[in-house]
Amino acid sequence: MNSTILIAVVAMFAIGITAAIILYIVAQKFKVIENPLIDEVVELLPGAHCGGCGYPGCRALAETMVKRGSLENLNCPVGGKEVMGQIAALMGLVAEEKEPMIAVLRCSGSKSHAPDKVLYEGASSCSFLHQLNVGESGCPYGCLGQGDCVFSCKFDAIAIDDKTGLPVIDNEKCVACGACVKACPRQIIEIRFKGKKDRRIYVSCVNKEKGGIARKNCTVACIGCGKCVKICPFEAITMENNLAYIDFEKCKLCRKCVKECPTNAIAELNFPVIKEKAQPNTEVQA
Amino acid sequence: MKTFKLGGIHPDENKISAQQPIEVVPIPKTVFIPVSQHLGAPAKPIVVKGDIVKTGQLIAKGEGFISANVHSSVSGTVQKVDEIVDYSGYRRLSIVIDTDGDEWVDTIDKTTELKKECTLDSKAIIDRINEMGIVGMGGATFPSNVKLNVPQGKKAEYLLINGVECEPYLTSDHRLMLEKGREIMVGITILMKALNVNKAMIGIENNKKDAFQLMTDLAKEFPGITVHTLKVKYPQGAEKQLIKALINREVPSGKLPIEVGCVVHNVGTAFAVYEAIQKNKPLFERIVTVTGKSIKKPSNLLARVGTSISDLISMTGGLPDDSGKIISGGPMMGRALSNADAPITKGTSGILVMTEKESKRVPVLSCIRCGRCVTVCAMGLEPFLLAKLAENQVWEEAEAEHIMDCMECGSCQYTCPSGRPLVDHIRVGKNEVAKIIRTRKN
Amino acid sequence: MKLITVSGSPHLHGDLSVRKIMWGVIFAMLPAMLVSIWYFGISALNTTLVAVATCVAAEYLMKKYLLNEDPSVSDGSAIITGMLLSFNVPSSLPWWQTMLGGIFAIGVAKIAFGGLGKNLFNPALVGRIFLLISFPVNMTTWPVPLSNRWVLVDALTGPTPLGQLKEGLANGETLAALKLHLPAYQDMFMGQIGGSLGEVSAIAIILGGLYMLYRGIITWHIPAAYLLTVAAFTGILYMIDPTHFIDPIFHLLAGGLMLGAFFMATDMVTSPMTHKGMLVFGVGCGVLTVAIRNWGVYPEGVSFAILIMNAFVPLINKGFKPKRFGEVAHG
Repeated sequence: MNSTILIAVVAMFAIGITAAIILYIVAQKFKVIENPLIDEVVELLPGAHCGGCGYPGCRALAETMVKRGSLENLNCPVGGKEVMGQIAALMGLVAEEKEPMIAVLRCSGSKSHAPDKVLYEGASSCSFLHQLNVGESGCPYGCLGQGDCVFSCKFDAIAIDDKTGLPVIDNEKCVACGACVKACPRQIIEIRFKGKKDRRIYVSCVNKEKGGIARKNCTVACIGCGKCVKICPFEAITMENNLAYIDFEKCKLCRKCVKECPTNAIAELNFPVIKEKAQPNTEVQA
Repeated sequence: MKTFKLGGIHPDENKISAQQPIEVVPIPKTVFIPVSQHLGAPAKPIVVKGDIVKTGQLIAKGEGFISANVHSSVSGTVQKVDEIVDYSGYRRLSIVIDTDGDEWVDTIDKTTELKKECTLDSKAIIDRINEMGIVGMGGATFPSNVKLNVPQGKKAEYLLINGVECEPYLTSDHRLMLEKGREIMVGITILMKALNVNKAMIGIENNKKDAFQLMTDLAKEFPGITVHTLKVKYPQGAEKQLIKALINREVPSGKLPIEVGCVVHNVGTAFAVYEAIQKNKPLFERIVTVTGKSIKKPSNLLARVGTSISDLISMTGGLPDDSGKIISGGPMMGRALSNADAPITKGTSGILVMTEKESKRVPVLSCIRCGRCVTVCAMGLEPFLLAKLAENQVWEEAEAEHIMDCMECGSCQYTCPSGRPLVDHIRVGKNEVAKIIRTRKN
Repeated sequence: MKLITVSGSPHLHGDLSVRKIMWGVIFAMLPAMLVSIWYFGISALNTTLVAVATCVAAEYLMKKYLLNEDPSVSDGSAIITGMLLSFNVPSSLPWWQTMLGGIFAIGVAKIAFGGLGKNLFNPALVGRIFLLISFPVNMTTWPVPLSNRWVLVDALTGPTPLGQLKEGLANGETLAALKLHLPAYQDMFMGQIGGSLGEVSAIAIILGGLYMLYRGIITWHIPAAYLLTVAAFTGILYMIDPTHFIDPIFHLLAGGLMLGAFFMATDMVTSPMTHKGMLVFGVGCGVLTVAIRNWGVYPEGVSFAILIMNAFVPLINKGFKPKRFGEVAHG
């Protein structure tokens, strides 16, 4: 063998060994002693680091779980029942049974129900339009359709429908992390129960103005008449500030309020269609 | 010629109403007077439905340190005190009055003779200004008495008077100087007395040569007042840029003009001060320029506060068919209305009706990093960076890049070749950073 | 009546647009293009057309299918990249190599970074370097001006002035002897020398540069800093040792310096945003150009110098911020 090659091989070998030794020593000296359980929990967690659990990243949630030694009041909405069950099994605990939740847009002010009174031109930012003006439909509480919620969603679960101008939340992809709730400057989106067979009923309006004024801007506004409150057999509906609200914990999905509402402000999702009277308000959500 | 060095642009001036003398708008049948026409806390109404009021009567009292009184601009009966849709489409508390004649409160001196001597002392002047609800007439509507109260440890050297009117299209200050020059001068001497200064400088942009000539001649009768012509550059009328041009001092970031020894007031405010002190007249009317390329008769109208904007537009020949936007104020910093029936307030300096062609925004492309926004920024900021940080919601870094120094003059967006909505994003950023600063203070 | 519009202020826009800027640059490049056709004939025209067509097509297709964006090429930036790429290659370059260069320039240097406004490196220069490294022989074979005008495939080739200089000095010839063979300054000024399409004629580039300055498309900072630095650095070297270092005027007129200073270094996307930063950028380019020309392997250093400085631009932007109004002095 040529002496040049020999020198080169020996030199590279020596450098390699030296580097390996130095790295090993440093790794040992600066090792962070941690409960190995934390790493195992992180493995089970989805790794989206979305903050839906309320903690900054999956690792932070894992640390909290292990340090506390309990899963009380801790939940990963992305992983859901399955993942929480696995973590519970790993830690030797029992996971709480949590009802699946989903984000719900409580506004049906589409371009046909709440026609434009003015045109907006500018940056696609709901926060900006909210500060600047009441919005194209004229309703001070209604959805502005500029997509702050879409921008905030890390799970690709929300998109603006071009025809209606309103966001549509995907039933499968939404993990109820709550990012869109925070992003909406008018607090139109709410996290509610997904419902048996994905069926849910909610008042699709957050307008607190008096009925006559609300109706001028949008034909499916809640006018605060109170008929739904009276008809609900489970006392699930309350009225405050000219606006009805359905408590999702009490609602049994009987649909009496949907039929009763004179402006079709109450929305029902994923129910079979009733043929007898005017169709309820289902056009805006998937 | 004096000017500010950093940044600035030169949009088309379009001062098409400059030759129109001031016309008085007939009193409308109903007026809608908002209780918040100024920066700071809204005033509290002191009348209720059914009350009979006279022109100039106090109808809402200012609450808190930064606030202003609101006076009735007509005589008649209060129809209601209720939320009325304003220019932004939102409802704001206003006092609605059904007009009946024009009977003024008898403490007001209705004569028009010039009264030069002022017998009140500094404190009395400031109190009267507060009482009469005087706010900054340049459009910012900052309560004027607050500016005149010099804080402990600071001293005022100069009173600077803003006769610049750098926004295109607007001519109300121009006409005011030409037609009420002497009154303005007396108002300035009163303000000088209130501040305890003996030097006042009036800045007028070089496109108002007749006003400059007139004011210079008048200044000879008033010791201490000098008149200066300024290069036509937007935003010369901005407070900090005016101070830099006239006395070459830079107001430090985050501080007020009193920090460099001066107080700035608009010529319209000086006129309102004259009327308040010498004639005991509260602020309830002002000059509004109604203009636009398709407006049949661009005019400068003296209107009572609370008059509907649509009334003023019909006086100038009606809303043109090709109208695209109706703007309260000038085209660079004014607010686009969604409701033309909104009322005139103390801060409405002009109504500009833009044609459809003018109103269309240019298509938006990605930033080509040309750096022109940085060159024109009068505050020495980097608008492309601030907009990007705000868009991506990186608030802490936006604050570190001094987004709060931005005065939203619009020079950057005007210049951007890609038509990016820089000011829209920066506004969102400023709002969020302001929230963060407030929570930090608490 | 139609609905009124609502938007945030300002409600006016100046008449500057990306399209106006780009077409202004294209117009400024026309003198150089016409001169190159005069000296190098139809092969020059051919190279330019191939480069421009490839760049425009590449951008259109890549925008549509790779970026899923509106595939508009009307802003003219792809045309500029094509023209600048062709200005950086010899007129005798085989058309398929020009095409590869165009695809690489648009695809790797522009689209891969995200499209217009997002690239870090000057696309035309990246294309040129790619071609130089991949096809070194073709990229360093320079047709002789005026003699090959009516043929597409050139017969007569010769070296560039910088090439002559480097080779000569490497072979041990003295500067004094070399100077007798190097082209005269008039020829270098007008363009009757060997070289790539855009670099030969200093006067054509200067005319284009002055037009852009007049229109406000570029500012004086980068070209002035770049050229003055080169003149100063080479001047100092010349004063120290005139037998080894040739005079500054030769350096200013030779190679792609004029083209680089006015058209490549001033590319808005890849140059600093503030005037202070631009001056630093220009000085850096100048120092690197002279260093590569005198001590590097390649006879010409402009392309590499600009690309290296492109990499520093984000740092320059961070370090050289504009002076704020009312900046509180650091205590």
